Amino acid sequence: MKRENAGGFYCLGIESTADDFSVGVATFGGKILANVINAYMPEEGGIHPREAARHHAEVAGKVLEEAFTKTGIKPESLSIIAFSQGPGLGPCLRTGATVARALSSYLNVPLVGVNHCVAHIEIGKMKTRAGDPITLYVSGGNTIVSAFDSGRYRVFGETLDIALGNCLDVFAREAGLRQKVGMPFGAVVEKLAAKGKKLVPLPYTVKGMNTSFSGLLTATVNLLKKREHTLEDLSYSLQETAFSMVTEVTERALAHTEKKEVLLTGGVAANKRLQSMIRAIAEEHNVRFCVVPSEFAIDNGAMIAWTGVLAYKYAMVTPIDKSFVKLKWRLEEVEIPWIK
Amino acid sequence: MDKMKLPFLIKKGAEASLYLAEWHGKKVIMKKRLPKKYRPSELDKQIRVYRTIHEPQLMHEAKKAGVPTPTIFLVDVKKTTIIMGFIGGTQIKQLLGKTVKSKRQSLCLKIGELIGKLHAHGIIHGDLTTSNMIVDNEGKIFLVDFGLGEKTKELEPRGVDLHLMKRALQSTHFRFAEECFNAVIEGYSKVLDVKTVKSILDKIKEIERRGRYIAERKDDWDD
Repeated sequence: MKRENAGGFYCLGIESTADDFSVGVATFGGKILANVINAYMPEEGGIHPREAARHHAEVAGKVLEEAFTKTGIKPESLSIIAFSQGPGLGPCLRTGATVARALSSYLNVPLVGVNHCVAHIEIGKMKTRAGDPITLYVSGGNTIVSAFDSGRYRVFGETLDIALGNCLDVFAREAGLRQKVGMPFGAVVEKLAAKGKKLVPLPYTVKGMNTSFSGLLTATVNLLKKREHTLEDLSYSLQETAFSMVTEVTERALAHTEKKEVLLTGGVAANKRLQSMIRAIAEEHNVRFCVVPSEFAIDNGAMIAWTGVLAYKYAMVTPIDKSFVKLKWRLEEVEIPWIK
Repeated sequence: MDKMKLPFLIKKGAEASLYLAEWHGKKVIMKKRLPKKYRPSELDKQIRVYRTIHEPQLMHEAKKAGVPTPTIFLVDVKKTTIIMGFIGGTQIKQLLGKTVKSKRQSLCLKIGELIGKLHAHGIIHGDLTTSNMIVDNEGKIFLVDFGLGEKTKELEPRGVDLHLMKRALQSTHFRFAEECFNAVIEGYSKVLDVKTVKSILDKIKEIERRGRYIAERKDDWDD
């Protein structure tokens, strides 16, 4: 607490729910001073949690150092340490949590456990100045339509099985595509899809305000193996179908809640085609369209740092003995006292 | 001769726009599925035509199952428009929050019975939310919006249907979601036999495990 009187108040946030290890630094006033991201890229296959965790442990020191160099502040100037406490992959979460606990006890500053989904929404709101939006949060691990009501972010719709980003990733891997730093699978598929022309009929599954992508993925992969369509056409058809589904449910939630803003956040938010679809429904319902900048769309430490600041202002600190990771921590379980 | 006058937009939904209109001296709802600019036109048309044809069929089936639904007067596939009877009343969504516990219980019990009747006749509603249920002035509950429904007696879609009902209660009526859903299941159990109900309830649990609903789910990678 002593550091609150020392001029600048800084929160360092650690993100490690899945394949990215990231450290961000935010001021109490909401300025992002650093956002260093180091992605684990497996040679083959998806994210192996233990391999990803090993990567995180290996790069943690380097990433932290880079963040401090970038901000020019000393570790001793930090007022709080925030970390992604869940939901996510166990071994990955634990690695980040261990780094956070070590820093917190070494520097003797409070620890704040942050919900990863809340952080994606909060950074989107902060960066776009959205007040009370319907949020479509789409990433490799989550597909959620939510809005704030009575103290919490309520989940109006979500995926009943795999996440949208996961669906695109698996398709890309099945097609033998490669990702690289700055060009994740989603971006590779987006590039191919832009060249597609023919819409191949694929299963379109909307259940109320929820979606399901596993059947769509299986059908697309089966077509891929038959080699009757070009990879460009299949990428295009997969994107059009999957994005139409999430856009339809977002529009449903928009019509249901009558909110005045719609926010697109999470890794898949960087996709231009998805942006254009959500923009179209925003225009149709005469509401403001907001999209998180791509640097803050993927998993990042800055969003954890910023959400840590919001929580800390409401005395939501996490004692070390309560700082165990929560693998299945749902968005709507988190109390949000900072919204009135 | 058509005497459609005063079409008045009462709800711009996500999927369709609802107009209050007069048709041959009757108060009707005109449900128009307008083109969606965001999706490719061929996909858009396919979805709108399918739902326009499908919805009235399911509503008719629901009536046969003893579930009140608005009367269908006209289906115009070309214009993807359905004209149906207007139900004067209140949405359950508006009612639940304003009423006392006993009334809430009896409403949810009735809703459960209606869902049970649908499922027993092989009908899945597909979008069970409290906005899609209307109580008329005589206390009769009507189910509307069958656009996402299907005909099947399989366990999985039945489970998803009820799971969606539960989720809708949790997101919109979070203060008494549990008591309401329990009453729904009680009503549901009056219609279907014990064995079927049990297997559907097990299915709901399975669906919840599959998704992200249970915090204590065993994680394969937990080490």
